[in-house]
Amino acid sequence: MKDILQELNDRRESAKLGGGQRRIDSQHKKGKLTARERIDLLLDEDSFEEFDMFVAHRCTEFGMEQDRPAGDGVVTGWGTINGRMVYVFSQDFTVFGGSLSETHAQKICKIMDMAVQNGAPVIGLNDSGGARIQEGVASLAGYAEVFQRNIMASGVVPQISVIMGPCAGGAVYSPAMTDFIFMVRDTSYMFVTGPDVVKTVTNEQVTAEELGGASTHTKKSSVADGAFDNDVEALTEVRRLVDFLPLNNREKPPVRPFFDAPNRIEDSLDTLIPENPNQPYDMKELILKTADEGDFYEIQEDYAKNIITGFIRLEGQTVGVVANQPMVLAGCLDIDSSRKAARFVRFCDAFEIPILTLVDVPGFLPGTSQEYGGVIKHGAKLLFAYGEATVPKVTVITRKAYGGAYDVMASKHLRGDFNYAWPTAQIAVMGAKGATEILYRSELDDAEKIAKRTEDYEDRFANPFVAAEKGFIDEVIQPRSTRRRVARAFASLRGKKLENPWKKHDNIPL
Amino acid sequence: MFKKILIANRGEIACRVIKSARKMGIQTVAIYSDADKHALHVQMADEAVHIGPPPANQSYIVIDKVMDAIRQTGAEAVHPGYGFLSENKLFAEALEAAGVAFIGPPAGAIESMGDKITSKKIAQEANVSTVPGYMGLIADADEAVNISNEVGYPVMIKASAGGGGKGMRIAWNDQEAREGFQSSKNEAANSFGDDRIFIEKFVTQPRHIEIQVLADQHGNCIYLGERECSIQRRNQKVIEEAPSPFLDEATRKAMGEQSVALAKAVGYTSAGTVEFIVDGDKNFYFLEMNTRLQVEHPVTELITGVDLVEQMIRVANGEPLTITQDDVKLNGWAMESRLYAEDPYRGFLPSIGRLTSYRPPAEEATASAVVRNDTGVYEGGEISMYYDPMIAKLCTWGPSRADAIEEMRKALDGFEVEGIGHNLPFLSAVMDHPKFVSGNITTAFIEEEYPEGFEGVTLPQEALRNVAAAAAAMYRVAEIRRTRISGRMDNHERKVGTEWVVTLQGESFPVSIAADHDGSTIKFADGSSKRVTSDWTPGQSLARLNVDDEELVLKVGKAPNGYRLRTRGADLKVNVYTPRQSELAALMPEKVAPDTSRLLLCPMPGLIVNVNVQEGEEVQEGQALCTVEAMKMENILRAEKKAVVAKINAAAGDSLAVDDIIMEFE
Repeated sequence: MKDILQELNDRRESAKLGGGQRRIDSQHKKGKLTARERIDLLLDEDSFEEFDMFVAHRCTEFGMEQDRPAGDGVVTGWGTINGRMVYVFSQDFTVFGGSLSETHAQKICKIMDMAVQNGAPVIGLNDSGGARIQEGVASLAGYAEVFQRNIMASGVVPQISVIMGPCAGGAVYSPAMTDFIFMVRDTSYMFVTGPDVVKTVTNEQVTAEELGGASTHTKKSSVADGAFDNDVEALTEVRRLVDFLPLNNREKPPVRPFFDAPNRIEDSLDTLIPENPNQPYDMKELILKTADEGDFYEIQEDYAKNIITGFIRLEGQTVGVVANQPMVLAGCLDIDSSRKAARFVRFCDAFEIPILTLVDVPGFLPGTSQEYGGVIKHGAKLLFAYGEATVPKVTVITRKAYGGAYDVMASKHLRGDFNYAWPTAQIAVMGAKGATEILYRSELDDAEKIAKRTEDYEDRFANPFVAAEKGFIDEVIQPRSTRRRVARAFASLRGKKLENPWKKHDNIPL
Repeated sequence: MFKKILIANRGEIACRVIKSARKMGIQTVAIYSDADKHALHVQMADEAVHIGPPPANQSYIVIDKVMDAIRQTGAEAVHPGYGFLSENKLFAEALEAAGVAFIGPPAGAIESMGDKITSKKIAQEANVSTVPGYMGLIADADEAVNISNEVGYPVMIKASAGGGGKGMRIAWNDQEAREGFQSSKNEAANSFGDDRIFIEKFVTQPRHIEIQVLADQHGNCIYLGERECSIQRRNQKVIEEAPSPFLDEATRKAMGEQSVALAKAVGYTSAGTVEFIVDGDKNFYFLEMNTRLQVEHPVTELITGVDLVEQMIRVANGEPLTITQDDVKLNGWAMESRLYAEDPYRGFLPSIGRLTSYRPPAEEATASAVVRNDTGVYEGGEISMYYDPMIAKLCTWGPSRADAIEEMRKALDGFEVEGIGHNLPFLSAVMDHPKFVSGNITTAFIEEEYPEGFEGVTLPQEALRNVAAAAAAMYRVAEIRRTRISGRMDNHERKVGTEWVVTLQGESFPVSIAADHDGSTIKFADGSSKRVTSDWTPGQSLARLNVDDEELVLKVGKAPNGYRLRTRGADLKVNVYTPRQSELAALMPEKVAPDTSRLLLCPMPGLIVNVNVQEGEEVQEGQALCTVEAMKMENILRAEKKAVVAKINAAAGDSLAVDDIIMEFE
């Protein structure tokens, strides 16, 4: 009997070594941790329960039958993050370069099926050279099986991908369909075709880092939602994100004890809006001063900075924030910012996370590049996302809310539950100057008259009260009371029930 | 007594004057420019009058506008504060003509003492020893170079109307004399509307010690001890104290009596300051007389108990002094730290912007300690580019110099300022600097002790362990809170461990925490332990802790796996790891910051005044590349090494932000 127990131990020890000490050392040398070390950091201490530790591949081509390491290049299982269940797979670069075989894919599929059935997030730690070439189409089939599960799990349980090494070719499409992608700076890259193929086909000279590194995907392509300096920091921050997310779409977002008075008054917000309406200010200050304990988890921080998206807590409960940022492009909506915010709003709606919208938007960005790029359809994504969202929606207009962009930014007309405005708000079709130039075109030659007309228009429309008279603004609030008012609004919406008509699915303008 | 006075100033000094006036039952009128519409002095005053656009030369120093404000409000007297019109003879005369009292000296005294060239002549006539120099006016840069050679380098180039470090340059050679002359002249023209320049020998290794005098209109004149203002940067005072740790009673008396004699010689009334340079043998040389209330007057008030503003108002009202020289007793020790909107990590370059956080320590006055903060700003207010970069004057008092310093350390630790760069960490560093603590200081202190600029403080071992213990205790509390989240698996909750590894300042401390209801005991690997108690809760930006019965105040910022902690001038990235995290974190490579050595980055938000080089030009080390104006100061950016200019991205007139690329080198 003892021998048998010993054999289990021996087998476990051997499986845990993955591709062996030499390859582990080489992984460390690259500044990367091993698959199991990463799981240690992601999950609560001693909470990991492994599946399929002894799974081995079934390939007999190219002499592969001689080398069948236990686990087959991916570690899978479940564990807890601050006591809440998550499923995890972690690709092991030390075993066949983390390449995906039929059995490797089956291991991932198994935990994904369990995650959907049991209602817990899936976190994938990607570090793989790509398909297991020796297995041919069986490997491709494996990818597709994973893709199908990503699709089915979407909107049911949160899916998070952390790219911690190479992720190339077909492999990129699994993370691409998850809710969040994070990358590790300098040690990870993602692309559909690598630098060699790029060179052959287009004659472009480009490094892997330039083509698909963390900087590229967080700043240019928006494929990634964030990047971190190293594995330790990345996994710590994923734990922090999970603390904001519900486990599945049947649960409310999590609540945790908080040490910040919901009725905290911030006098300094009364002077946030500059005297000059064309002068920018930092909307993040409002977010930080509204949030519990100034804690803000920003999503896509480096992309389309004219809109800010991320999570805060109010009275301990997660709230998604979408805010125009006057510091960048005057906070206007454009193709990139609309897409960024639309995806975020849909994530929040899918997982019952209430949405706080902070508005200071002068309109849509004009220009041929925007129109040729299809700003009509991209802008419509954000409009659609807000309009279909049934979660509690609270909106605060701090300054400008002009034109169609006013409608888009969670206006009353898109079923906003609480639509507040600061006294500094200007809700109008457009700015005073533009409006008078159209309304009084015949007087354009007379600068004095136009100036007077502009002033009249400002007096009449550059305020929140025209909208408030019509009930489009529920209440004009003091900036300093924003946290208290918004927290109370969300508190009152905890029982909100709103359903859209039955449909197979909608047809959002993709 | 006056019923209503107008304060022809802004910022902290306007607020300071309003406080005394209010105490005396006098109504106050503030004046303000567009930039100061919401300023604190406007909120504090009973009335406020708008006097024009933000630049001071279109508002605060336009005599006609101030006179209008006086007429409008019926103010009977005017307090000018410091700077602006405080030493402007024309203003004093205009008030006299209008029958409005000037809370300051007579116009004649301003004229003779306010002008540095004239005052020096008078002092010489009165047999006060003065520093050698050229007293005449200087026409151009060539003449400036000739005179500098006659006087002998190093020389000080000064604006005749200047003060507070503005329009002042030290030159060690012809090239610097030429450049210094030009920039002093420009600054003087912009700041004072008077571009007269003079040159004198720069006395090395001096102390700056000044005597506070107070005279009434009845021939009484006393001195209220001295202030030591040797801690200066580029002739701008940073830390002042009273009394001076250097003077003996005899020297104090000699300086005081000479100052009084000088004041009497010019028919001085009101509060004034006679500045001296004192050398290592306690020889003192008259430098200049400031015919106004000094910025650093609070330290004198704290050790004498005299409210100088009140005295000035009473003197202006014709009352005789009620204090005699014998009544003046110096009690205890006072320190003043000037909090400037200047980034110490960027060579003290000016920083402007919104004060997203501004929380000074609580003011207090007990028999053993005083904390006083003279300020003109508030949280959510703006530090604008138009005026002086001083945010606040933090003063402390204690029975001894050591007590006053200790109070200052604590007060600085508890002072929260965010949103702009500021010199608070530097002030803290000086308060812990052994040489400063010893009192053995000269005006070259900052230059000599921080030759490479300020790079933050390295905490000594014991202080580091205190911070490590505090961080561990705080982190554990925050981690336990995280485990209380909803939705967790019953009976399988996360247990927060007792073993942690704290890394900070390049060191690792494995610790074990034993917590009870009152606090935590943090045991170090060497067997020693520290007891930490605190009512800090996660999210609070200021943590007041007690570590082994010593108070520790930390500014707490967010960081992955730990905190950014600031205390005593140190800015620490602190990680608190589990043993496993620590083991794995050790495998992570150090990240190297991107190379910016081939770029000239704009060190502060400002306006490009001119670009001195062209693309393709080879520049030498130290050569002027371009001039950036910020806070009305012209800053010449120089080549750090020999290089060829590859590309210039900015032109004169461009407004740049911090770290914008001005030019690139090959």
